[in-house]
Amino acid sequence: MVWNYSELVKKHFFEPKNVGKIDNADGTGDVGSIACGDALSLTIKVDKEKDTIIDAKFKTFGCGSAIASSSMLTEMVKGKTLDEALKITNRDIAAALGGLPAEKMHCSVMGREALEAAIADYRGEKVAHDEEDEGRIICNCFGITENKIRKVIEEDHLATLEDVTNYTKAGGGCGACIDEIETILEEYQNSQSDKPKPKQAKGKKLTNLERIALIQEVIDNEVRPELEKDSGGLDLIDIDGPRVAIRMIGQCSGCRAAGFTSAWIQEKLREVVDPEIDVVVVEEE
Amino acid sequence: MKIVYADNNATTKVAPEVVTEMTTFLTEKWGNPSSMHQLGGDVEKGIELAREKVTACLGASQPSEIIFTSGGTESDNTAIRSALASRKGRRKIITSRVEHPAVLNLCRNLEREGYTVRYLPVDKHGLLNLADLREAMDEDVAVVSLMAANNETGVLFPVEEAGQIAHEFGALFHTDAVQAMGKVPVDLSLGHIDLLSVSGHKIHGPKGIGALYVRRGCRFRPFIVGGHQERGRRGGTENVPGIVAMGKAAELAMAHMEEEQTRVKAMRDRLEAGILKIPLTRVNGKTEKRLPGTCNISIKNVEGESLLLMLDQKGICASSGSACTSGTLEPSHVLRAMGVPFTYAHGSLRFSLGRYNTDEDVDFILEELPAIVERLRELSPFSG
Repeated sequence: MVWNYSELVKKHFFEPKNVGKIDNADGTGDVGSIACGDALSLTIKVDKEKDTIIDAKFKTFGCGSAIASSSMLTEMVKGKTLDEALKITNRDIAAALGGLPAEKMHCSVMGREALEAAIADYRGEKVAHDEEDEGRIICNCFGITENKIRKVIEEDHLATLEDVTNYTKAGGGCGACIDEIETILEEYQNSQSDKPKPKQAKGKKLTNLERIALIQEVIDNEVRPELEKDSGGLDLIDIDGPRVAIRMIGQCSGCRAAGFTSAWIQEKLREVVDPEIDVVVVEEE
Repeated sequence: MKIVYADNNATTKVAPEVVTEMTTFLTEKWGNPSSMHQLGGDVEKGIELAREKVTACLGASQPSEIIFTSGGTESDNTAIRSALASRKGRRKIITSRVEHPAVLNLCRNLEREGYTVRYLPVDKHGLLNLADLREAMDEDVAVVSLMAANNETGVLFPVEEAGQIAHEFGALFHTDAVQAMGKVPVDLSLGHIDLLSVSGHKIHGPKGIGALYVRRGCRFRPFIVGGHQERGRRGGTENVPGIVAMGKAAELAMAHMEEEQTRVKAMRDRLEAGILKIPLTRVNGKTEKRLPGTCNISIKNVEGESLLLMLDQKGICASSGSACTSGTLEPSHVLRAMGVPFTYAHGSLRFSLGRYNTDEDVDFILEELPAIVERLRELSPFSG
């Protein structure tokens, strides 16, 4: 089948950036294996005083989206401090590429893992994945552990078996572990339903003023703090019926992942305020 | 951009002669063959003529042995279910690990229905050992289903001999001959093959039409039940344009069979020899017992989907058995059954040549492929 790759994925596949291996690299992250069908070797050069990544190169064995994700990752980390770089999630990589087909999300997960591994290598830390790699193996075909499956379900809010396979490959081989993965998903969903939910407006007709206040509340309490973690922010410009206009500011403005961020804000507002809401991003004046 | 189509095992370009034939039965002869008026009568004649052509192409003994279906998958499902129904009391099925999903997934379903399925292995060249079949046989086997030619590697199975062994134990024998039809002869005259599946779109006919050969005298139970069409063996108003197209395609395939063995084979051999000049490459299923146009090669340390994307950019259509293209996350079940190492299995490419390919096509592939491999190897963290 022909994958529905975005123009950016094609560009980074056909003309990848930062291909190679840095000599005397400060950190190296090797993830994946040839048996699994994809593998990535990431090398980084770090400015030790500024704790900043000044160069990154990759070598990747894999499909079009694996190569494109690696190329995009190297572009994204250059110039970032190590702490900033560690905040890049696999979803950020996918969003920066204009999205990846669902079945290919594991390619972006591989990028994120290689980055963590390279930074841990530089810092002389134990690679975070060691924890994931410990514990019981659920998927024997791809050697995926219970810890890793639980981590990805939580980080990426996965809800279905298909999601888990798309993100980790687990369950995509012989299928013998499908029951166990579904059990883990059910356990996670049950644990989530115990947590207090944000106050819901469902079922209750809001006045216009109540509605505006609730939108403002969600943005102040749930959205802003998340964006501030990335030195970004947003202004609420207008609320007109279901249309909520916002403007990205700080690091969020012009960020390649802005499209993803606005989609996330829309999801939040739809969940709490009104399923009809459309978030529109207004360009800076 | 010039398109070099080297994916004829996936599907084939519909022959212009076939389109003409088909169009007549869409525009002029559009009646229902079951009708008692002249408009229907002409259509019925068209169907029976098509049946004769398929009979001739397959070397069957009479047209009544041919049932038209919707394609290879329906023929496979019909054949195996029919065989099980007519061998009541027997609970075993024997097939191979490298069958088409139409057979493999049906067998997995049948296991859930309580049947026992034995999946015969193949050797590193993809060949079947008849001693394994004999060893697996007993009086509880209802049906043996083995493909005539493998869709991925082109490797041929000795189906006539396998059928003979099945018959010694009172089992029925089915073969999926979708890839073999029109390319290599399958001998039905010996009577060792009871059921044989073929498809229209692999022989320059349209998609959505196929046929099942049922040896005269072999018990048969219909799979799709309905009206009296196909003498009560396949219900539903006939896919008339598809049927007459398949007839025409079968006639052409018969006329081109020799060319497959000479011109197409020569092109394939030259392509294969050229690709093998690239370091760290291998042929999967390198045997003389192979379809003349199929070449399955593996390129070490590069991944199949990347290869296909780059070939596609140059206008070259091929396919791969790599995980990323197989629809699952694992490389081809055929290559794994052959024990192809992972370092090679993920980098498999299948070129399948046919009637409309030319020497220039082969030249073009050989011009473009080495640079693509070199580029992807520069990207790969693996070498040697």
